[in-house]
Amino acid sequence: MNRVLIASPLRSYTGGAAEVEGYGATVGDVVRNLDLEYPGIRFRMIDEQDRIRPHIKFAVGTTFVWSLDSPVADGDDVHIVAALSGG
Amino acid sequence: MPESSSRDDVVVFVSTRKGAFILSRSGGSWSIGGPHHLGQIIHHLVQDPRNRLNLLMAASTGHLGPTMFRSADMGATWTEVSRPPAFPKVEDGTGRSVDHTFWLTPSNASEPGTWYGGTSPQALFRTEDGGETWSEVGGFNATAIEKGWIMGPGDGTPDGPKLHSILVDPRDASHLYVSMSSGGTFESTDRGATWAPLNKGVLALFNPDPDPEFGHDPHCVVQHPLNPDRLYQQNHCGIYRIDRPENRWARIGESMPAEIGDIGFPIVMHPRDPDTVWVFPMDGTEVWPRVSIGGRPAVYRSTNAGATWERQDTGLPSEQAWFTVKRQAMASDSFDPVGLYFGTTSGEVWTSEDEGATWNQIAAHLPHIYAVETGVKP
Repeated sequence: MNRVLIASPLRSYTGGAAEVEGYGATVGDVVRNLDLEYPGIRFRMIDEQDRIRPHIKFAVGTTFVWSLDSPVADGDDVHIVAALSGG
Repeated sequence: MPESSSRDDVVVFVSTRKGAFILSRSGGSWSIGGPHHLGQIIHHLVQDPRNRLNLLMAASTGHLGPTMFRSADMGATWTEVSRPPAFPKVEDGTGRSVDHTFWLTPSNASEPGTWYGGTSPQALFRTEDGGETWSEVGGFNATAIEKGWIMGPGDGTPDGPKLHSILVDPRDASHLYVSMSSGGTFESTDRGATWAPLNKGVLALFNPDPDPEFGHDPHCVVQHPLNPDRLYQQNHCGIYRIDRPENRWARIGESMPAEIGDIGFPIVMHPRDPDTVWVFPMDGTEVWPRVSIGGRPAVYRSTNAGATWERQDTGLPSEQAWFTVKRQAMASDSFDPVGLYFGTTSGEVWTSEDEGATWNQIAAHLPHIYAVETGVKP
């Protein structure tokens, strides 16, 4: 089981929750499983070619990772970060 | 542009960079409803003329991928669609991804539930369940790549090349037109299975070949609802008209005043008179400011299919007003006399209730306006 921290632009999918429970052996698995619980959330982060969208970042624990294949251990926090951009 | 019996029946859908707004008229006064989906980039919000309670909205945000929202109660509530437009996965990593859906067009009355969507990068998608799930119109998307109608990000515009002006013949749902900025205008007579360019006669002054088969930059193409063989086009290189089955566009913008020229984004038709059309000229000189010429906004109308044009600016600011009106941001209603509406990138909505003779501002201080569409209260 993992704690998944949800960036504010995505909280419309989690009913406003800033953190939810997740699970999976990789970041990609966690996101895919998240989509089962909160349909549509994955496509806002990951495009149809399975590329992470330009303004989305993931961290496992306190380490940013750049691949959906990055491993996630039981108990790791997975942070979904929307880049600090806009205007 | 469904028919309305009273001007108070008219509803104006305003899509902005920070959400959508629905303007309603009652007793001659306008009120602003919304914002809907505040903070989302709303590219297009369109009422379904086949069931006026239904709205479809194309959205994205600066951070997230694209999506769509549907409403079955005129915007009182919204639900996100389950499968927005997306390209098929390509295993070698070269596949395209939809940045946003830019344009929405309902099919004609013979195909309830069917809509078309134009995206950036340029591609055509179709839904047959009211927008809930979308699929590629592969006959266009594959052909456009194969034949080089789409060349890549360099096709422009600054926020991505777009497929727009999807037109469904009201007589025959298998007869379609689409346009791309850039790429040109294309026609299908078999519901999107095969396509052919329809650009002859249109200038492409930016192209090494001044008379190419494709590669043009139509900004907005419209088809008359009562005479679907009549199309008008506001292009990067002028204003044009074609009467099918002719295959060559005629430039009708050369009759515009020389100091104004015939560059702009939108073009809007009279719903009953195929010879009457309005444009909103913009400055297309040197670095293309794309604002009202000389800071004096004006609409130009032709009532003779482009033979002559008249300036219509009564009520609009007479100086220091640098409006930009995007290609989706001008519309007409179906009332008599016809009402006209345009929105500016500075967040103003203007209307004329006398076919352009006089203008009044009905909203200000909205976010950057991308699109203005009219509808009718259910």
